[in-house]
Amino acid sequence: MKNPLDSLWGTVISGLVLTVVLFFLARTMMGG
Amino acid sequence: MTDFIVYGLGRWVHIMAGVMWIGLLYYFNFVQVDAMKAAGADNPPTGAGITKHVAPRALFFFRWAAVVTVLMGAMILGDKIDDALFFKEKAYIPIGIGAWLGLIMFFNVWVLIWPNQKKILGIVSATDEEKTKARRVAFLASRTNVMLSMPMLFFMVASKGVFRAAGLL
Repeated sequence: MKNPLDSLWGTVISGLVLTVVLFFLARTMMGG
Repeated sequence: MTDFIVYGLGRWVHIMAGVMWIGLLYYFNFVQVDAMKAAGADNPPTGAGITKHVAPRALFFFRWAAVVTVLMGAMILGDKIDDALFFKEKAYIPIGIGAWLGLIMFFNVWVLIWPNQKKILGIVSATDEEKTKARRVAFLASRTNVMLSMPMLFFMVASKGVFRAAGLL
């Protein structure tokens, strides 16, 4: 499998996905 | 007066240094990487000026802006730093996540990017094989920081309003 960080688009999409994952993690930690 | 220095000047300098740090990170990833590829494909190659004159200057401001950003961030958090970093207080969870992402990025700058860039730019001696490896490590660490910068900025800047609207703050 190709490393998504090798392309700019792959990097940006990975960043967006990580943001969403961390958002739900934070929401759970905050009791939401 | 202390509040003015810590929360006024501190936040101002934190954001200015952060803009310089992340701005140069984006310059490297969105501009210089592809520009160097294109310059290397020229006949004869035309990237020597970037390597000699641009990259070392950009890296100087990049790594020291990272230091100032982290120091000012720690100063702003003050005695709440453990509440943020160890998620002790609900209100500090978003900024704590942002701070951890910033600290990982800081580690990448000083431990992975800069030592390997010194080999790539010839500031320290390295064999061709070491340079090839250094190029890959520095590139992936830099790309990792672009990826991490997105949630980092969300949690540092934008998340409070989102969590407040959701009734969590």
